[in-house]
Amino acid sequence: MEGFGLAYLGAGLGAGLAVIGAGLGIGNIAASAAEGTARQPEATSDIRTTMIIAAALIEGVALFGEVICVLLALK
Amino acid sequence: MKRLSVTRSKAIFKVFAVLLPLLLSGYGLAAASAERSSGASGNMAVTPAVEAVHGGAEAAPEEEKAGDVIMHHILDNHVFAFEPFGSVELPRLSVPAAVPVLGGMDISITKHVVMLWLVSALLLIVFSVVGLKYKTLTARQAPKGLANAIEALVEFVRLDVAKSNIGHGYEKHLPYLLTVFFFILFCNLLGLIPYGATATGNVNVTLTLSIFTFFVTQIAAFKAHGVKGYLQHLTAGTHWSLWIIMVPIEIIGQFTKPFALTVRLFANMTAGHIIILSLIFISFILKSYVVAATVSVPFAIFIYLLELFVAFLQAFVFTMLSALFIGLATAHSGNDEHEAAVAHH
Repeated sequence: MEGFGLAYLGAGLGAGLAVIGAGLGIGNIAASAAEGTARQPEATSDIRTTMIIAAALIEGVALFGEVICVLLALK
Repeated sequence: MKRLSVTRSKAIFKVFAVLLPLLLSGYGLAAASAERSSGASGNMAVTPAVEAVHGGAEAAPEEEKAGDVIMHHILDNHVFAFEPFGSVELPRLSVPAAVPVLGGMDISITKHVVMLWLVSALLLIVFSVVGLKYKTLTARQAPKGLANAIEALVEFVRLDVAKSNIGHGYEKHLPYLLTVFFFILFCNLLGLIPYGATATGNVNVTLTLSIFTFFVTQIAAFKAHGVKGYLQHLTAGTHWSLWIIMVPIEIIGQFTKPFALTVRLFANMTAGHIIILSLIFISFILKSYVVAATVSVPFAIFIYLLELFVAFLQAFVFTMLSALFIGLATAHSGNDEHEAAVAHH
């Protein structure tokens, strides 16, 4: 029964850590994209596409972590 | 202009040629998952077994109940519930035991299978209407209403997704990309209407879609480079002494791409629903109207609107990455193209 509680704790902490990483990553992308757009407004659409792809890839990795946390919490 | 609209309506019709096998295999995989869950619960019926597992600990009834409802909403099951008005029990079917390999396999029609059928019926209707409309238009006429909205999306996929990522010869892959885009989009959106279920929130459906992308990518690579070129591609253009490391990495890389596509779409669509339901259940757990009015409902509406955006974004991302993988597989340059492929793993 004690181990059971620790698994929930681990799941919660893991979810939070995954979100920290993804938040930092996507925040960096958004910051750089905003900067790039401000410097070169004519490249906006290219920058947006690149930004979305990179954000999706980072998000994908974060979601792997979240899925593992959900599995940990449910099992 | 006229020629463009003709090719476009042709592309729209080609979409349906791809739709049927997709549907069938999505159905097969959903059935396979139903079989797995029934296998795990032994001879018991599936739904009571799942409830028994989740309602196992009686210590915290409120939270257990919340978890129950959320899991019931997320997971595939045999009941199509219209809560205050009752529910529809979906038929449970299985392959007759006499059939050699598949004997006894559960091929029940589940909630998500119904949603898949609904989505494909909707797609057929919408695109038949739109496609027929283009035949009545003259070259100088702009479409109105639904046709205009669909045209905007089709043009977006054609120019911003297919052309910019695949480049030369993108027309061949356009029907597949359009099918995937609109199929995922409609699945996502139907999951957001009340009583709907998100078929893309089922990992079997997303896995099927990514397997299609996988095969399209591999076949495109074979067609573009031939068998010799394909095998050369696996060595990544490195010295032969490095092949023992590079070849396995490249082969694994081929499989991680569809896996990432699968989990991304599945987790995105599932997570949104879990968050909305959790926010609603905060007020039930705390038993407070104030919390319901100030936290649950406003935040749930906010997340709901965000989900509306995510429905489009994930359809776009899936299509975009499919196009990107096809483009990388068919690109004709040597090393720089390969570096780009590595960067995207």
